[in-house]
Amino acid sequence: MTGTFSQQAHVRVAIIGGGPSGLRAAAELAGLVDGEVLVIERESAAGGIPRHCAHTGFGIRDLGRSMSGPAYARRLTERAVRAGARVMTSSMVTGWAGERALEVTSPAGRMIVQADVVILATGARERPQPARLIPGARSAGVLTSGELQGLVHLDGRRFGGRAVVVGSELVSWSAVLTLREAGCRTVAMATQAEQREAYGLVGALGRLALRVPVLTSTRVTRVLGQQAVTGVEVEAIDSGERRIIDCEIVVFSADWIPDSELARAAGLRMDAMSKAPVVDTALRTSRPGVFAIGNLLHPVDTADIAALDGAAVVSHVMAFLGGSSMSSDSIDLIAQEPFRWIAPARLRMDARTPPRGRLLAWSDERRYLPTIVATQAGRVIGSVRSPWPCVPGRVFRIPVRVLSGADPAGGPITIGLR
Amino acid sequence: MSGTLAWVPPGTWPSPDQVYDVTVVGAGLVGAAIARALAGYELSVAILDARDDVGDGTSKANTAILHTGFDATPGTLESRLVRRGYDLLSAYARECGIPVEPTGAVLVAWDDEQQAALPGLRAKASANGYQRTSLIDADEVYAMLPHLGPGVRAGLTVPDESVTCTWTTSLALATDAVRRGAHLLLGAEVLAVDVTGAPARDGDPHDAWTAIRTTRGSIRTRWLVNAAGLGSDHVDRMMGFDRFTITPRKGELLVFDKQSRPLARHIVLPVPSKAGKGVLISPTVYGNLMVGPTAQDIDDRTDTSTTEAGFAFLRDKLAALMPALQDEEITATYAGLRAATEHADYVVDVDANRRYAVAGGIRSTGLTACMAIAEHLIGLVQETGLLEMRERNDLPDAPAMPNLGEAFLRPYQDADRIAADPEYGHVICFCERVTAGEIRDALAATIPPTTLGGLRRRTRVMNGRCQGFFCGAQVRAMLDAAGRDRS
Ligand SMILES: Cc1cc2nc3c(=O)[nH]c(=O)nc-3n(C[C@H](O)[C@H](O)[C@H](O)COP(=O)(O)OP(=O)(O)OC[C@H]3O[C@@H](n4cnc5c(N)ncnc54)[C@H](O)[C@@H]3O)c2cc1C
Ligand SMILES: Cc1cc2nc3c(=O)[nH]c(=O)nc-3n(C[C@H](O)[C@H](O)[C@H](O)COP(=O)(O)OP(=O)(O)OC[C@H]3O[C@@H](n4cnc5c(N)ncnc54)[C@H](O)[C@@H]3O)c2cc1C
Repeated sequence: MTGTFSQQAHVRVAIIGGGPSGLRAAAELAGLVDGEVLVIERESAAGGIPRHCAHTGFGIRDLGRSMSGPAYARRLTERAVRAGARVMTSSMVTGWAGERALEVTSPAGRMIVQADVVILATGARERPQPARLIPGARSAGVLTSGELQGLVHLDGRRFGGRAVVVGSELVSWSAVLTLREAGCRTVAMATQAEQREAYGLVGALGRLALRVPVLTSTRVTRVLGQQAVTGVEVEAIDSGERRIIDCEIVVFSADWIPDSELARAAGLRMDAMSKAPVVDTALRTSRPGVFAIGNLLHPVDTADIAALDGAAVVSHVMAFLGGSSMSSDSIDLIAQEPFRWIAPARLRMDARTPPRGRLLAWSDERRYLPTIVATQAGRVIGSVRSPWPCVPGRVFRIPVRVLSGADPAGGPITIGLR
Repeated sequence: MSGTLAWVPPGTWPSPDQVYDVTVVGAGLVGAAIARALAGYELSVAILDARDDVGDGTSKANTAILHTGFDATPGTLESRLVRRGYDLLSAYARECGIPVEPTGAVLVAWDDEQQAALPGLRAKASANGYQRTSLIDADEVYAMLPHLGPGVRAGLTVPDESVTCTWTTSLALATDAVRRGAHLLLGAEVLAVDVTGAPARDGDPHDAWTAIRTTRGSIRTRWLVNAAGLGSDHVDRMMGFDRFTITPRKGELLVFDKQSRPLARHIVLPVPSKAGKGVLISPTVYGNLMVGPTAQDIDDRTDTSTTEAGFAFLRDKLAALMPALQDEEITATYAGLRAATEHADYVVDVDANRRYAVAGGIRSTGLTACMAIAEHLIGLVQETGLLEMRERNDLPDAPAMPNLGEAFLRPYQDADRIAADPEYGHVICFCERVTAGEIRDALAATIPPTTLGGLRRRTRVMNGRCQGFFCGAQVRAMLDAAGRDRS
């Protein structure tokens, strides 16, 4: 425990993070739990990342319609509040004061919140330039798409000039749109992937409608400019040839990393590859009564999928609160190339179904019509053929029935492709 | 002159008739320490810097270790001033609230040659007046630093090496100087100096003055002190000397995520050997671990960019030093330029004829030594008998600096402070836990920041793992609003 405290509170469920996943969990739990459901959100308003995304495309899978990010954020917040959850904003959980006790700082004071259940819903963010080990100066004009959105959408900034966007995932195209709104022209997108990482359709439309050249198999090797950015150096990965693209703005997009500081501070078991806390199919972390949902677990899927995690955690939380004993029967799920990680990464024998009946995975290679194979103790226990390709830069969904032949005593299961 | 003008806002310039008693060129650690000490006498003092902020040169990008001076070359001025500086700065840090964490250091030997060098280093420390080192075996090294890679042979402990905050230190010294009445003139690069043209009335050297031409205008001064860091040789030549040349030696560093901090609780120092000076691993007062620096001689005195080669070198060293750290995320990378010269020692000298003093070539120990350099240089000036120096008895208290160190209570952790002023409970920068109250205070301080970099150094805002993903827009808006209020 660090610092001093002026208040103490006890709640039934404390949810850290008021993004789509946390808000959805709050909305559903508030009506079921006898006692307080508290959402603790560090920003001045709840809603999470969508609050910063002006474009449409939110809410499709969870609310059955497409709306803008801010509208979606408002809708989810209203639902949680109407259901009876308390949403505490400008309040940051800064650490743990016990197994399920949280240190919280807010303008109202520094307090300890003791909870029977804690749900981590802290989301994910993009790696900035230094974390990608891209050298150069620390110059003005280097942004992530998160910061860019804040500057343009929340703060209304306008700047001209030319930009290079690093990455070509969905969020990268969103950055191109945001740059256009700011009056800045994207002169190139640079991606290490051989083919465009973004959804095929968005990528093709983007290229046509936004006229942005996409440099594939290309990596950014340096940011130029001492005080302000003057350009980036890029390398064609195959030939090793380097050249300089002049620009005043560089946006580092995607390359996600979970906001897992609290998970690690608690000493929870972590996944070395995704750097997320390890959960089982019931979304339980390695500490009893502490659950994790949303992009914290799968950096990064769409907002509606994150919200549906929030719906899926409800029955498991209720089971825990109801005192149903936790069987320790669960098996590790191990990602095998080309998969980098799988979430959930543990199969619980008494709660085998992950949210939406799917395991989420991150692939480092593009494969068409992939066949997913589960192997236990050297024996194939299931395989599923997917009509969807797996593509780097996009979460791949695996029907959990691939594990239906799992033997509770058979040891870890490896999941890969044939 | 005492306590008149404090902060000289950008756009204003002293009257051409004003003749300062002393003008210090350079508002880095060394210049700020000198100006502060001079402003303790009944003298009118100006500080000039080419940059828009104090401490914006080499003083902002070092490893921030408060050195005991155990490994200096005995008998040099550097050895003496580092020892003295350690005591002076430690005391001053307590006065101002500059964070200092007494982590201690361990020199780690990885091969025969290095192991054989340890007793010699211990003897050298003794010769430098530092007696608290001890030789330890490999098991004891691992007990102190369990995450070191395999192959440690032995170690030498230096329990008084500490880490501090270089940004707070230069800001404290400059703030103190300004509160004592020194005029701070930023954005003014010295272009030329005219000493010979200065009329000395009746040949009285007390009335002679030097004209300094800068990018913002000219000022007159009786004495000129050169603390221009990487530009100190240029200014020295403007004064008519030809005695040293600066070759910038670049040092690149990697700063690791705070989650890695438990991997090293002490500074891990390399043993200097034929294979060159290795790199160190150091905790930072902000709660990170840091690896570096490299040492690369370069030509461009402004080139503080990091390089592919530098990163590769550091990653390579790290793989052997502390393999577990390789898996941690990198929060920041940066490079600083040491003002190296052809001489093995500091260049601190006074020329009575030209009423001129220089403190140049302060290459890699200037944070520790800065207050001792000031004391020594002012002593030399005093010896000339050409500057009347009466100590003031009306000095303001040392400034109380905001704490940026993790080892001390920070505003976001302080229930009483938040209750008294809720702005200290409003966290703006989530990664570094910087509150709206701290940003507000920095923007209204004696020397306010005018750039994002300046605000970052005063508060740590945006210095964390997300580098502005979450708070960047809001922080820029706060900085801009403060700029509009001032103009
Ligand atoms: C630029 C961009 C564009 C996107 N576009 C789309 C799109 O068009 N469609 C789509 O479906 N998805 C989109 N996404 C993805 C979508 O935003 C995320 O999937 C979704 O927001 C994830 O929800 P979450 O609840 O897991 O996390 P988040 O939305 O990240 O919410 C986490 C919340 O937790 C809070 N928090 C974290 N730590 C603490 C703490 N210690 N104390 C208190 N609060 C804390 C954060 O402030 C945040 O509000 C986009 C993402 C980005 C970055
Ligand atoms: C990588 C690295 C690691 C280091 N680690 C440590 C450490 O752990 N401990 C330690 O004690 N020391 C360390 N140092 C050394 C320390 O940082 C320096 O000795 C110290 O900062 C020097 O301060 P200074 O005031 O002389 O120079 P600077 O900070 O460079 O200040 C000089 C100022 O003069 C100004 N200037 C130059 N020319 C002109 C002109 N013509 N007109 C007007 N203004 C001008 C510049 O703008 C600058 O602000 C390290 C240095 C480096 C590079």
